Amino acid sequence: MANSKVSQDTGDLKLDRVSKHYGDFCAVDDLSLVVPDGSFFALLGPSGCGKTTTLRMVAGLEEPSAGTISIGDTDITTQKSYRRNVNTVFQNYALFPHLTIFENIAFGLRRRGLKDVKTEVENALNLVEMGHLAQRKPNQLSGGQQQRIAVARAIVNRPEVLLLDEPLGALDLKLRRQMQIELKRIQTEVGITFIHVTHDQEEAMTMADTIAVMNQGKIEQMGSATELYEAPKTAFVANFLGQCNLIKGKVTNRANGKAVVSAKGHTFEVPLSRVATDNDSVFVGVRPEKLRLDDNGINSIKDCVVIDRSFVGTSTQYLVKAPWDLDLVVFEQNDEGLHDLRVGDKVSLEWDAEHTFALDGAQDINAGSDLDDEE
Amino acid sequence: MAFLHGLSKSHTDSGSGLKRRSLTPYILLAPGLIWLITFFIIPIFSLASTSTMVRPEGSQIGTYVQELRFANYIDAFLVSKEQYLRSFVYAGLATILALAIAYPLAYAIAFKSGKYRNILLVLVIAPFFTSFLLRTVAWTQILADSGPVVSAIKVIPFIDETFRINNTPAAVVIGLAYNFLPFMTLPLYASLERIDPRTLEASGDLYANGLTTFRKVTLPLSMPGLVAGTLLTFIPAAGDYVNAAILGNPNTKMIGNVIESRFFAVVDYPTAAALSFTLMATILILVTLYIRKSGTDELV
Amino acid sequence: MTKVAAPRPSLSHRASRWFSRNLIRIYAGVAFFYLFIPVAYTFAFSFNDAGKSNLVWQGFTLENWKNPCGAPQVCESVVNSLQIGVISTVLATILGTMIAFALGRHKFRGRKTTNLLIFLPMATPEVVLGASLLAMFLNLRINPGFWTVVIAHVMFCISFVVVTVKARIASLDPRLEQAAMDLYANERETFRYVTLPLVMPGIAGAALLAFSLSFDDFIITNFNSGIVSTFPKFVYVSAARGIPAQANVIGSAMFFIALIIVIVGQVVSRQRKKS
Repeated sequence: MANSKVSQDTGDLKLDRVSKHYGDFCAVDDLSLVVPDGSFFALLGPSGCGKTTTLRMVAGLEEPSAGTISIGDTDITTQKSYRRNVNTVFQNYALFPHLTIFENIAFGLRRRGLKDVKTEVENALNLVEMGHLAQRKPNQLSGGQQQRIAVARAIVNRPEVLLLDEPLGALDLKLRRQMQIELKRIQTEVGITFIHVTHDQEEAMTMADTIAVMNQGKIEQMGSATELYEAPKTAFVANFLGQCNLIKGKVTNRANGKAVVSAKGHTFEVPLSRVATDNDSVFVGVRPEKLRLDDNGINSIKDCVVIDRSFVGTSTQYLVKAPWDLDLVVFEQNDEGLHDLRVGDKVSLEWDAEHTFALDGAQDINAGSDLDDEE
Repeated sequence: MAFLHGLSKSHTDSGSGLKRRSLTPYILLAPGLIWLITFFIIPIFSLASTSTMVRPEGSQIGTYVQELRFANYIDAFLVSKEQYLRSFVYAGLATILALAIAYPLAYAIAFKSGKYRNILLVLVIAPFFTSFLLRTVAWTQILADSGPVVSAIKVIPFIDETFRINNTPAAVVIGLAYNFLPFMTLPLYASLERIDPRTLEASGDLYANGLTTFRKVTLPLSMPGLVAGTLLTFIPAAGDYVNAAILGNPNTKMIGNVIESRFFAVVDYPTAAALSFTLMATILILVTLYIRKSGTDELV
Repeated sequence: MTKVAAPRPSLSHRASRWFSRNLIRIYAGVAFFYLFIPVAYTFAFSFNDAGKSNLVWQGFTLENWKNPCGAPQVCESVVNSLQIGVISTVLATILGTMIAFALGRHKFRGRKTTNLLIFLPMATPEVVLGASLLAMFLNLRINPGFWTVVIAHVMFCISFVVVTVKARIASLDPRLEQAAMDLYANERETFRYVTLPLVMPGIAGAALLAFSLSFDDFIITNFNSGIVSTFPKFVYVSAARGIPAQANVIGSAMFFIALIIVIVGQVVSRQRKKS
């Protein structure tokens, strides 16, 4: 399958200080990134954050305004897209409507001068479990089937890096879940580096080894799903990944591996390792499922009132008003210790210090929340 | 039909698919544009040049020399002002008649045809596979004094024995409207077809009755097609001379008839050229005003 | 559709309700009648045992269909029209498609001027197009004939081809071409294996349109054909002294041939979608 026309380096994908400007608009701003060979990497962010532009620069469909992109030791910044050993699963798949499924998948192999493509195509079709559809045309397939074909068409070329641009965006929820597992399986089987662009935080957390959260052309934070969720470093990440309670306060003491924060007469303890700033003005953060409706923990708020309640099956979600101008979200598991509170009931909240984190208080407390979830 | 396609907004996307500047587009454009410049633009100038020529005293018929005689335009207008005005009146009436026939037709195809939509569209174009001259001649038979239409109308009391349609202005207008009907129907269909029927339902849901829905939703949304359709009917109708020649009488002659006879029967090229040039200028001015007024600039 | 338990409305009431609900369909039916009645006349009179004048019904005969070239000059003019049509269509389709690709797929200076140059011939009455071209030929002392007609037809067909093909190109998803490039096809291969096949239906449609415009054109042809006769010109000239029934045969035959081409085209494209 080797072809002199196409670069054949293996290794990590590196983006070094890459920027992309459209006129005055800066889509990607001085972005540096290393994606280790063979990993499943997700670029997560709201629409317009620059994630798709980043992907298109890696694919060779856009040229960076500044910076370099390389795979292993080869600089591919200005290489034409048909010369890079990088393939893309396009949003809405972009299957060629005039070609059969077989010819769609054989397309890349044929362009690289391969004469006998039958075995390769059949293997790729079997990998995505679509062997019986080889002679159909794309418009005779369902969305989920087209999605698998798009993956097969890219993977059959054994690229160094496979790019997936919102690949599940057009599918319904159930099919999306199924394809998430499927994609993860395929990635493990072929061992190719996957870069997955999505605005769906759940999708990114389910599939990716490493997630980079992007906002306004920059990477806010990078890490595993657990790291990003449990210990966000910015308000944007805290709000964008799941729901989060942020309480404005001041650090009064940093000693013995913990910081003490006071807010409106309450004091909260935060492990120093979970404090993301040297600033004294902070937001104390805690996830809704970490809150308990009790009052004997180290961190607690008394004299709260339930102002809204909704039952969502596995849990009951309460909106609780603190004694000052602050609303907190609490998820309570629907198991034995259920409190079953009503709107207007008085309640106290408590949570553990090790579930608490602290962020720089000089940012927008609502960053990353209320973002349009759809592209 | 041109406008029909011209109306569809181009598919824009993050990467618009436009390639970077290179020589290729100029190589692609050159042959076609050279053809259009040589056989459309230069002839227009040639026409302008002919329009101010004069036939020297005692010279052969058909020989003219350039004397920049702009009075040719005044002379030409004076001999043909009746036909000139008539052209625009007839073309206007034919456009209204065509619109009255085409709008409900296009509406029915777009919203009420179900699975027969494609067949009906073919049927709209199908008559035009027969030579339009043959069909115009057929109208003389249909509208003849002893033909079915006149006989039927004469059944009505108080209709004069001498009532006729053939060789009257009515016949010319009917013929014109008929000739350009698909040019009216297809753009209208194209813009009606793009209307999401749910917007009409939404309008009904928001307390608009059928008529209000049409006035406030359907009509504004079909405006691009309406503008394109009326232009595609009006422009060729104003310059047509076949219908007036076959269906009309000497008193229904249009500007096209005058231009034709000046060219071929009278061999007065300067007058014919002056008239053609005036016709084109008038139409361009009218079209520009009309497009401005209707706020549909995306036609080109 | 909705079932309401109401007293059964009277017959006249129901009839008027049916009428108002189907008004638009009835109207469309009348419009189609208007569209087709001249075609029906033309077809019917192709069977007229007409002799010299085909204006009045004389009696049924199949003679005209058996011998369509029976009247003098009919077939000669049809052959001229076909030749002019084919040559003009080929040239206009090539030139127009090239312009459409430049407009649809490239950035260049002078796009507005180009668009204007494409639009103007469509917004100019035929009599002006014909007269101006003739004025130029006369000024250059060129005798109008077969080739001047071809030149004229290519000129007015180019715009229609450009607009038709451009629309097809504009409706293409640019991601398809990007996908091809992503799958190791260079610019030429992308054009050959993806862009061109996808634009082909538009080009075929444009060619059909160009041919029918050319075949049916009378006014521009009349100005620029000199003594060469085309079918529309033949009909116009003979309209004064009576059109031979053979002309109706040709006209009706063209109608059915074109209809068959369109229907076959539709069926083929539908089957392709299915299979």
